[in-house]
Amino acid sequence: MSATAIAVRPPVWRRVIGFNMLTGLALGISGWFLGGWIGGQMAVGHDYLLGTDQNDVGIFMGYLFAIIGWLVGLGFANYPIGRLLGRSPTLREHETAGWTRYFKMCTDHKVVGIQYLFGVGIFFFIGGLNAMLMRTELLRPVERPWPAGQYLTLVSLHGTMMIMMTSAFILGPFGNYFVPLMIGARRMAFPRIEALTFWLVPAAGLILMSAIAFGGIATGWTGYSPLADEGRAGMDAYVTAFILIAISLTLVGLNLLVTILTMRAPGLTWTRLPIFVWGVLATSVLMVLAAPVLVATMTMVLMDRAANTSFFLASAGGSQYLYQNLFWFFGHPEVYILALPGFGIVLEILPVFARKPLWGYRLAVAGMLGVTLLSFMVWQHHLFVSGMNAGLRPFYMLTTELISIPTGFIFLNAIGTLWRARIRFTVPMLFALAFFFNFLIGGLSGVFLSDVPSDVTTHGSYFVMAHFHYTIMGGLVFAFFGAVYYWLPKMLGVTLNETLAKIHFWMMFVFFNLTFFPLFAAGFLDMPRRVSTYAPHLQVLNDFVSASAFMLGFSMLIFIANLVWSLVFARVPALANPWASRGLEWQLPTPVPTENFERIPVITSGPYEYGVAGAPPVADFTPAALPAAGS
Amino acid sequence: MTEIVSGRIPRHGRRIIGIWLVLTAVAVPLIVLVLGPHLPPGRMTAEAASQRDANVLMTALLVPIALLVVVCFVYSFAVFRQRGEVILDGPPLKGHAGAQLFWIVLTSLIVLALAVWGSYTLIAGSHGAGGGQGPDPVAKPNGYQHALPVQVIGQQWEWTFRYPTYGGLETRDLAIPNHVLVAFHVTSIDVTHSFWAYELGVKADAVPGVDNVAYVHAHKTGFFQIRCAELCGLWHGHMAKKGRVLSSSAFQAWIAAAKTKNAAVMAYLPKYNRVYFPAPLRRAG
Repeated sequence: MSATAIAVRPPVWRRVIGFNMLTGLALGISGWFLGGWIGGQMAVGHDYLLGTDQNDVGIFMGYLFAIIGWLVGLGFANYPIGRLLGRSPTLREHETAGWTRYFKMCTDHKVVGIQYLFGVGIFFFIGGLNAMLMRTELLRPVERPWPAGQYLTLVSLHGTMMIMMTSAFILGPFGNYFVPLMIGARRMAFPRIEALTFWLVPAAGLILMSAIAFGGIATGWTGYSPLADEGRAGMDAYVTAFILIAISLTLVGLNLLVTILTMRAPGLTWTRLPIFVWGVLATSVLMVLAAPVLVATMTMVLMDRAANTSFFLASAGGSQYLYQNLFWFFGHPEVYILALPGFGIVLEILPVFARKPLWGYRLAVAGMLGVTLLSFMVWQHHLFVSGMNAGLRPFYMLTTELISIPTGFIFLNAIGTLWRARIRFTVPMLFALAFFFNFLIGGLSGVFLSDVPSDVTTHGSYFVMAHFHYTIMGGLVFAFFGAVYYWLPKMLGVTLNETLAKIHFWMMFVFFNLTFFPLFAAGFLDMPRRVSTYAPHLQVLNDFVSASAFMLGFSMLIFIANLVWSLVFARVPALANPWASRGLEWQLPTPVPTENFERIPVITSGPYEYGVAGAPPVADFTPAALPAAGS
Repeated sequence: MTEIVSGRIPRHGRRIIGIWLVLTAVAVPLIVLVLGPHLPPGRMTAEAASQRDANVLMTALLVPIALLVVVCFVYSFAVFRQRGEVILDGPPLKGHAGAQLFWIVLTSLIVLALAVWGSYTLIAGSHGAGGGQGPDPVAKPNGYQHALPVQVIGQQWEWTFRYPTYGGLETRDLAIPNHVLVAFHVTSIDVTHSFWAYELGVKADAVPGVDNVAYVHAHKTGFFQIRCAELCGLWHGHMAKKGRVLSSSAFQAWIAAAKTKNAAVMAYLPKYNRVYFPAPLRRAG
């Protein structure tokens, strides 16, 4: 295979010209100017646009044509146009070997997974840099070194980018890569849609960052109207990027949902399904139901800004409560889109290194489904002091507190799995265990916020900020790194340096807690969120937090150094199953063949049967050789 | 591990409960007696006191829960640890119906108790706990008809206050009388703000076109901190000032002085109203 590939490999220029990322960028930039010109023509004669110093129609049309150009340049139009011209249907595109496939539309789920890993990783790094710049500002209680407007743009970019990118933080890389391997499938249900979901992410990221050139974003990640309506052209970038991400999330969820429901190998019953796949399934349901609401909301903001409607403008008959309701109807399921994949990952990792079956498997599944169901019934707890529907506050207090019951199941699963286990403290295990510690603090601090009298103090303060960083950074990001250290040997075929990994873990864990725990106190001491100036007596506290945050940022550099060292210089090849895991994905050779399975396996046993006497291997990979029944 | 080798199964459960009981017995009195008096937002008003009580009670309830989970984990790390390179499987325990049922019932009871207690203190115990209840409050304190109305108007980036009982007097600083029920009517004339009077225990979103009512009953005179708790644009962090709780006589004197001081301005003010709709904003303000 490789010999023939080298023999027919075309020259470099031939591989650069064609439908790839470069062409996408070129057509995208051309589309921006074309769309801007068309939007300029459309705006002629509309007083409401002339009354401002910017033409939002032109900006939105520019983004629209830029997105179309980007996708056409990547080759997403080839297949539909080919079908229109009568070509026969094909399934796979660009599944050749070589590094160039990572910069093209590729329908191999393993390539998409690695594209996601690096794509989302880069945006996570940029979002983290924003956080470092914010903490630099907060070293002093005055607007130095960044002016207030720049600081707000940093806050908004950090929040928006982290929420947008981390929504696909686990489902993107690990969902796409491992769900087919774990359920015994050769591909995802909709491979072309899968490629589309990834390539929308860099487009959204670049468009979001273009806000820097257009006056920034002054609203934070929540983008409340009417502040959003009054914002400069940077808000148009925010709206467009969020629409793109929401479309991407909906399609990711749809694709994974259909894959899991329809493409499981024979014998993979619901009670044998790996718990990570259950987590992905629950998250996919949330994505399919919640993300379209965001598309609708952002489209309404777009109309308010560009077409002179007034959905959210009280002075013209609209209501900003409508925005807050729609936004949080997406926004609260969104926080469980961030939590559930983490649950799946840590419960997947625990049994492997505790060498015991997952304790209370059905309870874990019930917990995840319970969170999924309840997450749609709690959104008004973001509006406890908004003045809307005060009579409903006890109801939302109840539903919010009810969510801690299914979340508690996950903790019981962990306690039960560790009970009388043979725990090995490998790096993935350390991250998984840190997840539970952080999520415990994050979850219990959420109980303060769910109680209305307590929330009146803490709402909109740094207490909230510390709370959701404990759940998202302490939960999801720790689970992400657990997954990285657990699965990267299978994905990239190299072993990561364990010493550097352990330094990374301990620095990240210690400085994460030193950064965010004091912020609970900052919230209690009346420091509101998103301020560039604060009470002078809080400076010592803020300086301590900033110093810890810089060390937390430094721990990420250790991870990058480890990745580069292991991937480029050391290149210690990974074993096929270095953790002695029973997971189906670990029974495959490394690197995983393009077709995954030579024959679709027959699943003969659950994935967590550690220590079970006489448990059969997890799957039969040569099902034709099965002995006849009864022999 | 030595006990396992010797064939006697140690009573892990009893040890964990014992450690947890000791830690809880130390932690809870510390929380209630040492940390409690420092928890926000103090006892300047009835509403602030209710919030402080909620914070103390929840800390005292949630810290033992956190301790139980942490003790279970740390005990497992110490006792069930496998050293060395050899990989051995543990006992194949897949679940225990009784333990699961116990956990579900216990967490459900705690959660339901919290929700019932929270709803009771919110509605009956503290009459909205100082939170904004919208134009039509559900939890009304006794004598709410005679509450002193004070309108709070948020705008980018300043708070102004109007006293309809004193001829719609508008001031740039806030004073309220001690031992008098006050009804804040919070509204905005541009974007969404949130009126946060920290020591009073009041937080109510200032929403354009909405009259958001929050009740407060002060017990003590003194200063309190006013901030904006909802991002409202460039100078959001600068919407801070000090308000005052004054004795009745001092309040009347302050009103009289403010009337004189603002007499020239009053002629230009719009008539007092529950909400105001100025001309729509221009972009890029």
